[in-house]
Amino acid sequence: MHSGAAEPILGAENVSLVLGDHSILSGVDLAVAPGESVTLVGPNGAGKTMLLRVLMGLVPPTSGVVTRKPGLRVGYLPQTMIADATLPMDVQRFVAIGTSASKARRSKALEDVGLGALSRRPIHDLSGGEMRRAMLARALLRDPDILVLDEPVQGVDLPGQVELYDRIAKAKSDRGCAVLMVSHDLNLVMAATDRVICLNHHICCEGAPDSVRDHAEYRALFGDEVDGLAVYTHHHDHAHGADGEVVPIDQAAHETAAHD
Amino acid sequence: MKRPPMTEGLIGGLVVALVAAPMGCFILWRRMVFFGAAVSHSALLGVALGLALGISVTAGVVLITAAVGVMLVILRRDKRLADDTILGVVAHGALALGLIALALMEGPDIDLEAVLFGDITSITSGDLVWIFAGGATGLVVLGALWKHLLAMTIHEEMAMIEGAPVALVRIVFMLTLAVVVGVALKVVGALLIVSLLIIPAAAARRLTTGPEAMAAIAALIGVVSVLGGLQAHVAWEIPAGPAVVVVAVVIFGITFGAGRKSV
Repeated sequence: MHSGAAEPILGAENVSLVLGDHSILSGVDLAVAPGESVTLVGPNGAGKTMLLRVLMGLVPPTSGVVTRKPGLRVGYLPQTMIADATLPMDVQRFVAIGTSASKARRSKALEDVGLGALSRRPIHDLSGGEMRRAMLARALLRDPDILVLDEPVQGVDLPGQVELYDRIAKAKSDRGCAVLMVSHDLNLVMAATDRVICLNHHICCEGAPDSVRDHAEYRALFGDEVDGLAVYTHHHDHAHGADGEVVPIDQAAHETAAHD
Repeated sequence: MKRPPMTEGLIGGLVVALVAAPMGCFILWRRMVFFGAAVSHSALLGVALGLALGISVTAGVVLITAAVGVMLVILRRDKRLADDTILGVVAHGALALGLIALALMEGPDIDLEAVLFGDITSITSGDLVWIFAGGATGLVVLGALWKHLLAMTIHEEMAMIEGAPVALVRIVFMLTLAVVVGVALKVVGALLIVSLLIIPAAAARRLTTGPEAMAAIAALIGVVSVLGGLQAHVAWEIPAGPAVVVVAVVIFGITFGAGRKSV
């Protein structure tokens, strides 16, 4: 649990969501303090993105209460952003969307994410990693109280993932904005976050990355991947496959056995 | 030079082109071409309503196209039907209903061909008042909504989360489209309105690197199309509305060929 001294800027109290016959979320309590970084992890279909949408006010909860600080400024990075070629838009115009930042600040923001040289490039010509960096620069130009990211590294190669998480962590420490992130991969996310919330329709467990990692429910949910995590956090530049499944077979077998 | 008989038509056509082309940019970007067509086709029904109620034809068209537009926005929330299915049904349903309504009230006032394809030569100074009012409204609204529309074009959910009034913008855009269709009817007719919206925009795409520039160039191409089309209409006695559209298509063809190196 976080210390809770500061008033949370975003919170959920006993939030449940039922869509049709499906219970998507049940009894979720959550609070994000100013400047805190929180990561929602959980298997596919655990309701992580839906919780994000409920917290952002896009979907009303079936029961429970969502609170947002009045006037909360959000910088949002969606899961996918398909740049349509019918829309002419270069990188420097793109980062101006949703912000009134000056041209000088926009140039600086692009330099900061390493896109200074690509400022005139059409966004539909960017690679996945470059597009993510442009999206991050745009969101930060809004001077957000909270940066909300849905699977921020999806479709980005591993070195790019490391770099993106570093940039997100840096944005947090430089600006003091809170970060709320959704991730279904555990590999790099842990190192860059204050608190991890493990979600599988309800909150299974939460806490500092290290404490969550050893939690029984967490290990039951993620099994083999837990040790893959250790591999990645200790060798950031390691050229593994994209989905983090590159755990030696004997080790994985050992891990599964250790569960029971 | 003596004042040509079509001065009103020319002015009306230019105003409509100026507002339709930037609006058409959003219709292209947001993949709403078929939506624009469905709304335009319902204009026929609006003509019938205007005549039946004894209000102006333009008012009838604005009312009906706005109603159809709002109905489409609501119907599209129903996920049981694909968007293009709904649009296909509504577009042609509205067109057929409009044709029947006009046939039933056939009188000296109705020239079906003018309703379908426009009759720029029949534009009066009274029509011009409507066209100026509608055109100015369209441009002002578009300018006011611009940044929200652009954010929604990039990512609608992102725009919503970051505080854009997405539902309101969608409805206002729709109503503005209805107004533009209403005042454009006399210029190009119900069947060709959509071309004045999207062809100049499509032609401008290859020439530009930014959304604002594309809207401005599209407006310019729209203006040139009207000027060229009316010139051709006078010179060769071909129908004015279709001539305007053909000039726009030719410009599109040229820019498409010239811009092939990019994209």
